[in-house]
Amino acid sequence: MTVVTSADNVAMTRVLPAGDRLARRRARLWRERAIEFVLFLAASVSVLTTAAIVFILAKESVVFFRQVPLADFLLDTQWTPLFDDAHFGIVVLLSGTVVSSAVALLVAVPVGTTIAIYLSEFASARVREVAKPVLELLGGIPTIVYGYFALLFVTPLLQKMIPQLPGFNLLAAGIVMGIMIVPYVASISEDAMRAVPMGLREGSYALGATRFETAVKVVAPAATSGIAAAYILGVSRAVGETMILAIAAGMQPNLTWNPLEPAATVTSYIVQVALGDLPHGSVGYQTIFAAGLMLLLLTLSFNVVGHWMRQRFREAY
Amino acid sequence: MAVQTPAATRARIARRKRWDVVFAVIGVVCLMIGVLTIAALLADMAVKGAPRLSYEFFTSFPSRHAERAGILSAWVGSALVMVVTAAAAVPVGVAAGVYLEEYAPRNWMTTVIEVNITNLAGVPSIVYGLLALGVFVYQFGLGQSILSAGLTLALLILPVVIVATREAIRAIPAAIREGSYALGATRWQTVRHHVVPYATPGILTGVIIGMARAIGETAPVITIGALTFIAFLPVREEAPLASLLSLEWLMAPFTVMPIQIFNWTSRPEAAFQANAAAAGFVLVLMTLAMNGIALWLRYRMRRAIKW
Repeated sequence: MTVVTSADNVAMTRVLPAGDRLARRRARLWRERAIEFVLFLAASVSVLTTAAIVFILAKESVVFFRQVPLADFLLDTQWTPLFDDAHFGIVVLLSGTVVSSAVALLVAVPVGTTIAIYLSEFASARVREVAKPVLELLGGIPTIVYGYFALLFVTPLLQKMIPQLPGFNLLAAGIVMGIMIVPYVASISEDAMRAVPMGLREGSYALGATRFETAVKVVAPAATSGIAAAYILGVSRAVGETMILAIAAGMQPNLTWNPLEPAATVTSYIVQVALGDLPHGSVGYQTIFAAGLMLLLLTLSFNVVGHWMRQRFREAY
Repeated sequence: MAVQTPAATRARIARRKRWDVVFAVIGVVCLMIGVLTIAALLADMAVKGAPRLSYEFFTSFPSRHAERAGILSAWVGSALVMVVTAAAAVPVGVAAGVYLEEYAPRNWMTTVIEVNITNLAGVPSIVYGLLALGVFVYQFGLGQSILSAGLTLALLILPVVIVATREAIRAIPAAIREGSYALGATRWQTVRHHVVPYATPGILTGVIIGMARAIGETAPVITIGALTFIAFLPVREEAPLASLLSLEWLMAPFTVMPIQIFNWTSRPEAAFQANAAAAGFVLVLMTLAMNGIALWLRYRMRRAIKW
């Protein structure tokens, strides 16, 4: 620090004694370390959240399973936790979840895949520029509004076609849930297809294939694992969806594989219990944590498999 | 394959190419399903809710009489919960994003955090509600308050904010940092004066999308036990400003827009369903506007910034 450009700078650039400079540097170092530690704490909030989720669900579930044997939980075919003659057969709730998710997939898979192929292989950059934000908006609509839509718009519409359809049913809820996850399935599948190298397409065109043949017979198979990942992550969304089912599918526990019937799901049961006031610590209160644990295990396994498959296709090229 | 006449070959090619057109049409139709759904949803709620959308609807409490009921306590509750959510999620999310991009060493700990954030983004929202019920409501004794709800939703949108922050930071060229370091800045000075300011539009986009999601979330807020019928405000009406500043509203019982809609939708009377339509219309417009702003910001950013 020998060059002083103006008189004003003299005070700032004066040379401090060596001891002071060392102290200043040390203070700065400590400050930097403290800040890094604070930022690290912020990043670990996410790990703490996961730990807390697992801890809370496990803690209440352990108490629950002390009173209800695991075999009853998995094998009983009745779910009447709040009755005097209490039964805790989770299969009843799972059947609602499985049926509604299956309906949702029947909607989301064909529509989502078609949109993905169209956007990735057919659409011009201009169309893509408009279509993608619209799809994102579709994904941003609150699920409560979708629930309203399923109960008071889609169900009456379906009742015109299927007159015996009850006001609450898994079909309408499943269809709307399918529309809700279309953007999600489409965007992940499209990512996978766009990651397919251009050379494969060019090879296909060089052999005289049309655009459609290239898309369906070359690009889509090359992106299989990514597309499969999109479906799996879509299922995980459907399984965890709550409000559409709570509103439009009724909340009556019903062991059924028929989408035309009303039924409760794992998620809508939790809402139903939360709406009433169950005393903290009762068996009824613990059932929602056992149901939540079931739900977490289901969605987590779908997510892990889905992300693993997504990762795999990325590394392939 | 037998030798074909040129005309037959041309016909074959035309037949195969017809599928291109057919599929393009199907693709557009599928895209239209999305557009039509949004249109049908908005139109249905607008038509059914229009008679209820008046000034009084926003300034009245819920009531047993459908035609006198309004969403005052619901929108005030939503607004206050969002304040808590933003105050918690933005600093923590941005700090976590900065840490992972600028500080984190490449070790197992960082990998654990990263995998964990990906998985958290896939946890159903109702599970966050159970977490909050166990931890915030009972363990910490925060009760069924605005604070509990705000913190719950903050945890829920944390992955969104973190991912947006990381993407925004990653887009900043290394030269910016190198320039800063070359002038003798420390890591924190570089982050504070260069990295975060340049990443702000991207971070903002993520925060808005996260908030749009939080304002429409119903399940976790129901799970912690928000009430469905609230005929008072968490802020004292005689001295709203002082009451807001005192932060006593943090511990107040509350309701939010989605819960009000849920309550009205669940009733069999058509009059209440009209209320649900009107409130739903307001909520959808709010979330669409927020998402629209975020998309526009992102679009602007992509055009304006050429490093």
